Amino acid sequence: MVSTDFELQSASESASAETANATVSDAAADSTFAEVDDRSRTVPAIEFRDVHLTFGERVILGGISFVVQKGETKIILGGSGTGKSTLIKIILGLLKPDSGRVLVDGEDITDYTEEQMMSVRHKIGMIFQEGALFDSLSVYDNVAYRLHEQNVDEAQVEEEVRRMLRFVNLEDAIEKMPIELSGGMRRRVGIARALVGAPSVILFDEPTAGLDPPTARTICELAIKLRDLEDVSSIFVTHEMNNLTYLTGEYAVVDDSGEVILEQEGEKLCLINTKIMMLRDGEIIFSGTDELLRKSDDRYIQTFIHGK
Amino acid sequence: MDKVELSISPFKCASINPSINTSNTRKQRERSGNNKYRLTSPAVSAHHAFSIHFARTYRMNTLLQVLLEIQETFLLATRALVRIIRRPAYFAEILTQIDRIGVGSLSIILLTGFFTGGVLTLQTVPTLKSFGTQSVTGQLIALSLVRELGPVLSALMVTARVGSAISAELGAMSVSQQIDAMRALGTDPIRKLVAPRLIALLISLPLLTVLADIIGIMGGWIVAVSLFQQDSSTFLNSVRNGITGDDVIGGVIKPIVFGFLICAISCRQGLTTEGGTVGVGLSTTRAVVLSAIMVIISDFFLAKALQVVLNVPT
Ligand SMILES: Nc1ncnc2c1ncn2[C@@H]1O[C@H](COP(=O)(O)OP(=O)(O)O)[C@@H](O)[C@H]1O
Ligand SMILES: [Mg+2]
Repeated sequence: MVSTDFELQSASESASAETANATVSDAAADSTFAEVDDRSRTVPAIEFRDVHLTFGERVILGGISFVVQKGETKIILGGSGTGKSTLIKIILGLLKPDSGRVLVDGEDITDYTEEQMMSVRHKIGMIFQEGALFDSLSVYDNVAYRLHEQNVDEAQVEEEVRRMLRFVNLEDAIEKMPIELSGGMRRRVGIARALVGAPSVILFDEPTAGLDPPTARTICELAIKLRDLEDVSSIFVTHEMNNLTYLTGEYAVVDDSGEVILEQEGEKLCLINTKIMMLRDGEIIFSGTDELLRKSDDRYIQTFIHGK
Repeated sequence: MDKVELSISPFKCASINPSINTSNTRKQRERSGNNKYRLTSPAVSAHHAFSIHFARTYRMNTLLQVLLEIQETFLLATRALVRIIRRPAYFAEILTQIDRIGVGSLSIILLTGFFTGGVLTLQTVPTLKSFGTQSVTGQLIALSLVRELGPVLSALMVTARVGSAISAELGAMSVSQQIDAMRALGTDPIRKLVAPRLIALLISLPLLTVLADIIGIMGGWIVAVSLFQQDSSTFLNSVRNGITGDDVIGGVIKPIVFGFLICAISCRQGLTTEGGTVGVGLSTTRAVVLSAIMVIISDFFLAKALQVVLNVPT
């Protein structure tokens, strides 16, 4: 389905998309991917080609192009109302762009019907901005939703639900109704629900907004573990700089005793699987690594980073 | 306005309607180069009261908008039926809805029916008496109830109780992104939410209506016998002679149509809700008002159509 020259094309596009100031790290990224034997890994998990979207006369996305490689985390920064949630909804096919192409796993989903989208959505986990838990269902049924829809055997469902809730550290809340949960717990149930079925792409829409710092940290740790241990590609929308520090500065490894630990990026290792993209007025105003972001002399970016 | 223009649909977003996203309509839309006739999708919640913005930006022909709304409402319900018939599912959900919609409405329907039959007798017997025709009281009560009052009043009560609940529930789900979440998790909201409610209403409303008719006649009978000292068997005989099989058929066809209308309108209003909690209130009001008006308007045309179809002497 995906031809070789398409792969080449997308690789070159990714290089050009990440503008001149990011060429070094991109070359590094490309060389890394080139060494991986599996050719399918060079097909990007998500690709936008010149996507436009307007609501009425307001331009929300004015020609967005970017690539999220397999196993890569793309952090999307941007003020409120810059179209971050909209962009994520386009990936899921909940919204359709006015023009441009959207590819998921090399598959052009732009013109897919709702029915065709259903199979694509099975590969994608979405964490909504406000959790979007089903009020009428218990935590168990929320997390089990996807499996129940697929008529999976109940014993298997229960095992999977417990495993997921353990992953987000909420096994005690299994019997509760969403209304009884705090904001952070709701968000984590949302994450557990999105992770069921082991999707290869996960979309986080401001997963830490409005949460206390320790809970926000927990959620970032989850994202790091998914990235480094589960080989998940993700888009992580946020406007909190500490999330960015965590995601770009730490990585998860399994130590000798089998425990998962987080280590700081240091002299000897620099994370290349996390890139940053910044949106403003429907345009990408920055794309590259966190080091480049912090060094940027763009006034808007500096204001965004330092809050003044 | 031709058909093609109408189906350049009002949907900006990936609607649940597969036909709309075909490359064909996309192309037409791009070719015609306008964004004019687009509203948001039924299932995509927006952060804005988009329609207000929309109306301000594009002075869309009101008539066209009404036609589009009718088309989309109708399509939503037919799609729900087609999808559930093609691939049946959610039996548990259908049963839950029958319980909520049908069994739950029983008490108000019985009360309405009983007192309607009662008051009808109360008001008509004096007039019949003045003509000396009180022997036909039963027939008059039964005919009024079976042909008109039973179906219409039941539909109105169900609109108030069920239509409002459907649109409020779906509306709240829309604005809290639960509909989006459902789609993101690979479930079709039309099959999961609309179809079970539609089937439940199509089953429940005719049954409720028949019950309302029976209880209404009973109410009339009690009033006739107790307040007007009419002969019980005269009344009942008059009832039996008064209604024909055609009346009963018409009295069951009507609630089926009403159920379809109530469910289609309420689901459509719920799924297109935008603008937070205020939006839920607005769409619920709209669902109830529209359903009630549509029930009454369609009742007239149904009555006429049934007269023609069933060859009722006019
Ligand atoms: N369905 C819609 N109709 C009209 N405007 C919308 C719709 N959805 C979002 N918008 C507008 O698009 C802009 C981007 O929204 P969003 O993607 O939610 O921003 P954010 O970056 O904060 O997530 C906002 O100004 C919002 O008002
Ligand atoms: Mg957002």
